[in-house]
Amino acid sequence: MQDVVLNQITKTYNKGAVRAVDEVSFSVDKGELFGLIGPDGAGKTSIFRMLTTLLLADSGMATVNGLDVVKDYKQIRSRVGYMPGKFSLYQDLSVEENLSFFATLFNTSIAENYDLIKPIYVQIEPFKNRRAGKLSGGMKQKLALCCALIHRPNVLFLDEPTTGVDAVSRKEFWEMLAGLKQQGITILVSTPYMDEATLCERIALIQSGKILSIDRPEAIINQYPETLYAIKAAHMSKLLHDLRSNPQVKSCFAFGEYHHVSFQRSDTNQEVQLLKYLQELQHVGLEIKQIQASIEDCFIRLMNKEHAGSRH
Amino acid sequence: MQEVVIKTDKLTKRFGDFIATNEITFEVYAGEIFGFLGANGAGKTTAMRMLCGLSKPSSGQATIAGYDIYKETESIKKHIGYMSQKFSLYEDLTVMENIRFFGGIYGLTNKQIKEKIKNLAEKLGLQDQMRKLVGSLPLGWKQKLAFSVAVIHEPRIVFLDEPTGGVDPVTRRQFWDLIYEAADNGITVFVTTHYMDEAEYCNRISMMVDGVIKALDTPANLKAHYGAASIDEVFFELARGAKRSAD
Repeated sequence: MQDVVLNQITKTYNKGAVRAVDEVSFSVDKGELFGLIGPDGAGKTSIFRMLTTLLLADSGMATVNGLDVVKDYKQIRSRVGYMPGKFSLYQDLSVEENLSFFATLFNTSIAENYDLIKPIYVQIEPFKNRRAGKLSGGMKQKLALCCALIHRPNVLFLDEPTTGVDAVSRKEFWEMLAGLKQQGITILVSTPYMDEATLCERIALIQSGKILSIDRPEAIINQYPETLYAIKAAHMSKLLHDLRSNPQVKSCFAFGEYHHVSFQRSDTNQEVQLLKYLQELQHVGLEIKQIQASIEDCFIRLMNKEHAGSRH
Repeated sequence: MQEVVIKTDKLTKRFGDFIATNEITFEVYAGEIFGFLGANGAGKTTAMRMLCGLSKPSSGQATIAGYDIYKETESIKKHIGYMSQKFSLYEDLTVMENIRFFGGIYGLTNKQIKEKIKNLAEKLGLQDQMRKLVGSLPLGWKQKLAFSVAVIHEPRIVFLDEPTGGVDPVTRRQFWDLIYEAADNGITVFVTTHYMDEAEYCNRISMMVDGVIKALDTPANLKAHYGAASIDEVFFELARGAKRSAD
């Protein structure tokens, strides 16, 4: 069964001048952890707001938990949990007051659903009398998640829960999501961090309101059509420049410790030729190895392809 | 001997009982790209505010571009650039107005500003956008423009506070091209980021945990020292024991 369905959803702003979401279709299975991966301005938040019945689409249709987002908006609201990208709890209420406020709104109590939020709430419970506005970023994020869960929703919408959060807290947050998935909750989560994509069961890569690809992360990686190499040398910025001016090279971009390179042609001695070319340019400490593409490599390739396509 | 542009000695900032930045001592060299990493609440922002002359230290010493952090904050401000993800440009001014405004603030002459406008328009491919409001530009362009404006007065040092947050992977790399170019032109770059791959682009990085600099070296040396395959792993190793998580 599918818990979230979008069919050709379009949303424009400024009287049609900005196509924030452009005929987007995808679906999320019941109990699935589905990631919407893309940078700021990709249309992620608009999608979340349409699915949580806070914004109307220009065209297309969508259902959540089998209910129509326009016709059945009232029922949807009691069945979904939504954690917006911007911290939206009451800063001048305490941790506990915020939580009991949201529980009351949904005709329930903290006690009734404590088991669901417990693994997360115990981490902030020592600070339950502290005002929400005085919490650290990581603690705010945990409180917001508890508030979104307190009415035991069927579907959870998390809009960029890890943005601006350090690498350690990000990892902890994804561990919490894995725990919630065990409880059978359907989760749609968005993130601009490409490395988080592999923690989802399926992902949609999105850019400028359009879906670039939808699949399991491993499948997207396996579909990467070119052989990819990682290369490094003592002088990395000169290396990038020299690689880009080599006609053998199809694409080349910085990627952490290495530059990632693909070749115009696929015969085997491309590597050897390239190394010779770089040695002639006085590069030292050269190292080249074949690697598997990451989601970020895939995203860059799809983005460039989309960009090239739109110019014709 | 390399020229030192940032030098701190036991620099400390207390807020009541809370020691946000605890006796940090380090040096940054001219033309270097220096990554200033740490978990949320580690004390990075507090340290950066002191280095920019915006916040008075509780104790310790520091000089920025040769100027004293207590007595010469106005001279410091003239010789540094600053850009953050949150505030950078005026959204309700056009691209050209922003350049003119910041150029004026930094004391550039009209002739210099005119030249800068022409150069930046070409370099960033913004020729057709000069009269558009900055608020209407895509985030990636805004960030590239904000960086160019932050170095418009050719400062000795530019401080970048999470400049690439939320930016798409292609633009993120173009942004780093601008950073490299600035460094090649002798501008020292002091940058914070949550993207661990970007830590690799720095000449040296420091890692702050609970107000203290726990490690400082080149990315390669740090990985070797901690027996880690990536900077990510080094970060986990160091930040895992953190007690604080304030913002």
